[in-house]
Amino acid sequence: MVFYLREEMKFAEYLHTAEACQHLRSGGQAQNGVRDSVGMSRSPWSCTVTVGLISGCKAPPPRSTVNQRSAVGSRDSPASMRALSVSALLLLALNSCRGTQDNLLDEDVIEPVVQASKYGSLWPLPQKVQISEVPLKLSGATFEFTDAKGSTAGPSCSLLQSAYRRYYDYIFGGPKKQKMSRNRRAGPLELTELQVSITSPDSQCDGYPSVTSDESYELSVDVPVAVLKAPTVWGALHGLETFSQLVYEDDYGAKTINSTKVSDFPRFAHRGILLDSSRHFLPIKVLLANLETMAMNKFNVFHWHIVDDQSFPYLSRTFPQLSQQGAYHPYSHVYTPSDVKMVIEFARLRGIRVIPEFDTPGHTQSWGKGQMDLLTPCFSGATPSGSFGPVNPILNTTYDFMSRFFKEVSDVFPDGYVHLGGDEVDFTCWKSNPDIKKFMDRQGFGQDYSKLESFYIQKLLDIVTTTKKGYIIWQEVFDNGVKLKPDTLIHVWKGNQEQYQNEMAKITSAGYQTLLSSPWYLNRISYGQDWQSTYKADPQDFKGTEEQKKLVIGGEACLWGEYVDATNLTPRLWPRASAVAERLWSAKDVTDINDAYNRLSAHRCRMVERGIPAEPLFSSFCRHEYKGI
Amino acid sequence: MKVMRAVNTKQCAPIIYALLQLIIFYAGLNAVKGVWPLPHALTSSVEQYPLNPQTFAFDYGKHSATQQGCSLLDAAFRRYFLLIFPDYTAENGQLEVAANNSFSLYISTDHNDCENYPNDDSSERYNLSVSAGQASLNAATVWGILRGLETFSQLVYQDDLGSYFVNETFIEDFPRFQFRGVLLDTSRHYLPVHAILKTLDAMSYSKFNVFHWHIVDDPSFPYQSRSFPELSKKGAFHPATHIYTQSDVRRVISYARMRGIRVLPEFDSPGHTGSWGKGQSHLLTPCYKGGAPSGTFGPVNPALQSTYQFMASFFKEVTSVFPDSYIHLGGDEVDFSCWRSNPHVRAFMQKMGFGGDFPKLEAFYIENIVNITSANNKTSIVWQDVFDYHERRSALSVVEVWKHGCYLCKVRQVTKAGLRVILASPWYLDLPGPTHNWARYYTVWPLAFPGSEKQKRLVIGGEVCMWGEYVDATNLFPKLWPRASAAAERLWSDEKQTSSVEKAFPRLEDFRCKLLRRGIQAGPLNVGHCKHEYQSV
Repeated sequence: MVFYLREEMKFAEYLHTAEACQHLRSGGQAQNGVRDSVGMSRSPWSCTVTVGLISGCKAPPPRSTVNQRSAVGSRDSPASMRALSVSALLLLALNSCRGTQDNLLDEDVIEPVVQASKYGSLWPLPQKVQISEVPLKLSGATFEFTDAKGSTAGPSCSLLQSAYRRYYDYIFGGPKKQKMSRNRRAGPLELTELQVSITSPDSQCDGYPSVTSDESYELSVDVPVAVLKAPTVWGALHGLETFSQLVYEDDYGAKTINSTKVSDFPRFAHRGILLDSSRHFLPIKVLLANLETMAMNKFNVFHWHIVDDQSFPYLSRTFPQLSQQGAYHPYSHVYTPSDVKMVIEFARLRGIRVIPEFDTPGHTQSWGKGQMDLLTPCFSGATPSGSFGPVNPILNTTYDFMSRFFKEVSDVFPDGYVHLGGDEVDFTCWKSNPDIKKFMDRQGFGQDYSKLESFYIQKLLDIVTTTKKGYIIWQEVFDNGVKLKPDTLIHVWKGNQEQYQNEMAKITSAGYQTLLSSPWYLNRISYGQDWQSTYKADPQDFKGTEEQKKLVIGGEACLWGEYVDATNLTPRLWPRASAVAERLWSAKDVTDINDAYNRLSAHRCRMVERGIPAEPLFSSFCRHEYKGI
Repeated sequence: MKVMRAVNTKQCAPIIYALLQLIIFYAGLNAVKGVWPLPHALTSSVEQYPLNPQTFAFDYGKHSATQQGCSLLDAAFRRYFLLIFPDYTAENGQLEVAANNSFSLYISTDHNDCENYPNDDSSERYNLSVSAGQASLNAATVWGILRGLETFSQLVYQDDLGSYFVNETFIEDFPRFQFRGVLLDTSRHYLPVHAILKTLDAMSYSKFNVFHWHIVDDPSFPYQSRSFPELSKKGAFHPATHIYTQSDVRRVISYARMRGIRVLPEFDSPGHTGSWGKGQSHLLTPCYKGGAPSGTFGPVNPALQSTYQFMASFFKEVTSVFPDSYIHLGGDEVDFSCWRSNPHVRAFMQKMGFGGDFPKLEAFYIENIVNITSANNKTSIVWQDVFDYHERRSALSVVEVWKHGCYLCKVRQVTKAGLRVILASPWYLDLPGPTHNWARYYTVWPLAFPGSEKQKRLVIGGEVCMWGEYVDATNLFPKLWPRASAAAERLWSDEKQTSSVEKAFPRLEDFRCKLLRRGIQAGPLNVGHCKHEYQSV
């Protein structure tokens, strides 16, 4: 059955040597006998998936990385300028006349054995879970979520109440039916109640989640009532999701849950998804749907890369010209203050933090349209060329602007952190500008433009510090030796495995906290089951002490927007980001690819059933296919 | 270094030229709008005529062979009215006929083939002229009219206030290749019927005219057969929810016909038949291990008379259900190891005098199937594998070239043998690649092989393949569109006028936004925006 990889490799070679016209597969065609119909089995976990593993192979699967960007090249491939897209076209054109592309076949992708996992469809896998053989029935007519006596969050906690409604809908597939009869006696093996108990004095019901939030919970499913205990509402939300994942349909379609004990908490505190709303505008609906899906995967940070070179959709109250001039369209392609508020509240109700990124001094072309004199005028010889470079670091007006702008940002976004970017600053424009040269001389920077960058960043960090926010910056700022507050979070995005592991070691040995994204650039796609390599990357795999490892607070999956918009974002992100979710939530030793495949297949069908177009992992079916087209 | 090597290749001369053009293009020009795929002859002026949905009308020309009552065209008028005026809603008011400022589009055909199915010799040629107050669209057949309506709908644009305009335009247009297909695979993942119908809509926007329905394969058998209902009962992913009933199939065929699209079914055998075996015992070859059946099965068993009886009645049904004169018989990727292990198959080969030559056995099988289908008056298409092992090639008629590498060498070889070719190799859209590599599907030159004019004429077209291992209704549309549209232009338009990627780019970007406006989830080609973004998830 495990014939795929070799054949893939053969095919990839074959593509490149262009020794055409031979059989693709010498004889590895699977015929009968390998298709396990899990969905038809009697297993209690049969609720969602059946996977046929018979591979057809008219689709020759070269794992050539035809259009993968080099991970080292650029953080998000700023195809900002026409010139760059020209070179992209050029590369394509050249590729089309000879297969000269590199071929990375370093990943061992295995062909998983299809069978039900003993953990059913749980995703991400809880830290501790014991599932018994005892099936309990649930009926939409009698089942209730209730607030336990003594819970510090009662009926007035609308966060919990709306979560109850959400999960009721997910479990029973619709609004609550009229109770049949109050007197109807529940059967001996019927579960009628999930009691939710918030145990710490401050339930945080009306607060915002933060990096220090306690997300742990304990769930005990047994007759007559199941109990969910969590110190805060954030843990309770995760517990509700887990509870909903334990419910399945038996052979007669009856909702069933096995008696189960779960004790759970996240391995990492920061589990994020980056979406880029600048390269393409993402309608609010798309953002909300993905927040909803994040909650199903226990992600807790939405990193909103809201503006960049291409467009400035954030409608600033202080500087409305920024989006008026810098958005793709000043009305239809902007996020108004009420849109932003809606996103933040929608996220809060799902235990998700919203961290905005306003990247400077590079990646700011769109800022320049609505804010005069903010960007550096580039010179060609002795005269301004008419084009602009990064933010102009030598003007006092720049810092006045930034103070006011970040004051607004810190008011609008409640999270304790703001992402300041700081990546990929191109020095050529600064170099061309005579005023900047003079300034460099005066400051004694010589020809070292990274010193100028540091100068800017340091001033910016001082500004943001006055707003009482913590900050996250891309790794270059650290690499360039900018002086940072000890609680700065450094976001690693560059390099191959060896390189990012070295970087993590370096950052943590300097005592800084860090986040990993390098292996999780999900905008890069390839043929086949690339979720496996995503799944295998571990943020704590680097040489360092235990103390250093503790400084890794998590990671983020990034979906940069050059080739992503509302049409393809959701299927490109899910379930591939789910692989990251489990890596960041579950215990370090949860690494069984086979078990992961089976749980993830079921989890993806659940997402589809909940209306999310999560793409398939391989040939298979879901009981309820996607209907949203 | 790699670049140098590429540049030294002769093939790349046009690309260098293209590069120069590209630089020129980016230096100075703005995006130009236009029609996709590009018509063969198009002239237009800056003369602009307003269109008003209240007073716009479709009408039949006096001498037209088709007149009102042709339901195919009447339905097309209704469809295209909404495509031409996307903001129009009934609340805007009643349609007024012959008011001031009216505009009529007069349709005229030479034949009345309203009730027919499109076929391999259907003419799709049309002439369209747009002038003050009226346009006339003339074609030999209704199929040409459908293509012309699509073109007209793409000529209409809106200004910033939402008013509709069309410019003075003259178009003469016809397809370069007769066969322009899209393959969907409904076996590896089941595609709900509405996903197929929506694909047919999108196909008509790009002037595709063949839906190649790879309906069954190893993983599942969703086709519900009248004669052999066990096939889908046992072989589908689910016997009730994951099947295509006869009425589903009829609906797909009729929906396609209304859009000038042929439905070409593929029932691939003798390999890729894992799912057939579940509902039809003794059809597949039992594999042996050490002198005893191992419990697994291989390809269709070619040594049994019952196999051919089954196939004869099965294909009799298929040929009556699907009206197209072509049928795809597959024939690819047959694994001989199971046949080799089976003593009965070996004995049969001895009897037939094949010795140990399994390709001969496969050829024998395919020839029998081809005979069955030609007895039902169908032309068979087979994958290139059949051509490769078949010695008596005269029995074959159309070969689909799918393997990668030097696919034009294969095209040359097949046409040299006097057989017709459909090219699929360069258009495997399930393979990786975000939308920005659309140029790969555009810079394909199907006739760039040494050969006679006669050989070139044997290349009847090409096909975009969307195999289903990693594709289902969740991601089908953004994977297929607008990349398939790149292939569509290659198959429809004049190659000389459409050899430049950079000239095509702004037109394709514009077309992609049109697709979004029409509700087709077409992926983005690069950074940027559409006035009307996709409004769903």
